[in-house]
Amino acid sequence: MKPATRMSADQRSAHLRLVSDRADASGIKLSGVSKTYRTRDGDVPSLRPLDFHIRDGEFFVVVGPSGCGKSTLLKMISGLLPPSTGDILVEGERVTQPHGNVGIVFQNALLLPWRTILGNVLLPIDMKRLPRGKYLPRAKELLKLVGLEGFEKKLPWQLSGGMQQRASICRALVHDPKIMLMDEPFGALDAMTRERMNVELMRIQRETRKTVLLITHSIPEAVFLADRVLVMTERPGAIAAIYDVPLPRPRSLETMADPLFTELVQRIRKHFFTQGALD
Amino acid sequence: MAEARAQGTMAKALNAAWVRPFLFLIFIVVAWDLAIRIFRIPAYQIPAPADVVAVLWNDWPELLGQAWPTTYATIYGFVLSAAFGIPVAMLIAGSKTVESYIYPLLVFSQSVPKVAIAPLFVVWFGFGIIPKVISAFLLGFFPVVVSAVQGFKSVDPDMVDLARAMQGSRFHVFRAVNLPHAMPAIFSGLKVSVTLAVVGAVVGEFVGSNSGIGYVMQRSIGTFDLPTMFAALVILALLGVVLFWIVDRIERLLIPWHVSQREEIIFAS
Repeated sequence: MKPATRMSADQRSAHLRLVSDRADASGIKLSGVSKTYRTRDGDVPSLRPLDFHIRDGEFFVVVGPSGCGKSTLLKMISGLLPPSTGDILVEGERVTQPHGNVGIVFQNALLLPWRTILGNVLLPIDMKRLPRGKYLPRAKELLKLVGLEGFEKKLPWQLSGGMQQRASICRALVHDPKIMLMDEPFGALDAMTRERMNVELMRIQRETRKTVLLITHSIPEAVFLADRVLVMTERPGAIAAIYDVPLPRPRSLETMADPLFTELVQRIRKHFFTQGALD
Repeated sequence: MAEARAQGTMAKALNAAWVRPFLFLIFIVVAWDLAIRIFRIPAYQIPAPADVVAVLWNDWPELLGQAWPTTYATIYGFVLSAAFGIPVAMLIAGSKTVESYIYPLLVFSQSVPKVAIAPLFVVWFGFGIIPKVISAFLLGFFPVVVSAVQGFKSVDPDMVDLARAMQGSRFHVFRAVNLPHAMPAIFSGLKVSVTLAVVGAVVGEFVGSNSGIGYVMQRSIGTFDLPTMFAALVILALLGVVLFWIVDRIERLLIPWHVSQREEIIFAS
């Protein structure tokens, strides 16, 4: 056990040197963050020490094979799961418990079937015990922003998959968090709806100026959406590379025809071909 | 033209939810009567439907009077099994430790035949209502616990994470997510439980009681008064149906959003 911890400590300090020149406190800052799950069969490393900094208002996308600890990363940033080593800073504050400064969108919309769409959007307000009345106009405005005006009183099952996911995006934004964490948010949607949702998500991010951390399996989706793309290795997850995406904004579906776009997609794909399949 | 319309109303009448079981009931009664006539079954073995109806008609006040103690015992027992069963299920679903201690014992206790231990309650609590209530409670308790545990456990962990990440306290998350999610399962348990509570109350009356439908049955078997015994059975069945219906109505009021009730919402809107 001993040598392993010492090694991770070494890696941690090595990475610290890399990012230490950045004194910026805003955004999300990870230094030496790793996660090892303790199970009955011994310790299972899920994430090797990670160091990176997501800037304020940045659209940051993580791609990686399944089981590389992406979801663990998301849970740690939202404060649901303590990291085994290292520190996570959100807006300069060290994360030790759920801090509520995030909005989360999962692959499934996860709307409560007994609440109306509006009631679902207001769930974070109820959980934070904030006054509903104060946030009601904002909730309605968000629903309008995603094109769900007039659906406030409907129950979730009366909406299509894409509409449900848009409602869950509203729920993630209603308490006005600085950060949106999205775990394969459009993975359960059909390809056409997915493309439309991507364009829409970019618009929402531009209008709300949120910092977005999005996890995906799809490399084209990652390049299309991101300011920067983090490529992860297989389990235990580590950073394989971080790419800047210099494609101009606003982007549209035509951006995908840009030679720069295809080149970036190719380059990122190579990481997985040398590692094995991206499944 | 008129014939077609008549056929339409006929079909509509046939489609009303309560008509079909009613028709089937009539069919059974007719078959029962015919079987007695064809096979010449003597009245001391199976009474004719007409005799049973006659008893129901003549002894109606007496039977109704005896139905009340059974109804009270059933309702008390049922309410107790809900009042204890749901919190126990919360504890079992909420804590692995509690589950490992309690659940196996609970299952074990179910293999003890309640009929066999019912006389014990008479020894302890006398011939009053208490032994019946305990007997009804013991039969109704288990299905509530099993269904509610399954309901509480089937919550999507991501949904709970989502609510927790919004700084919801354990209590708030439970009230907003876990409890409503478990409601359909709880109600399916309650429906089984309420019919079993009727059985429990009657078992309690069988082993030692001087009132109630179970007591009437016991007495009429002793005197070979089969029509009265069958009339008592009819009353018991009615009691079960009415209580089940009440629980079903409450379910509809409390969880109108559930899949099983969507059709009605569509009709209503």
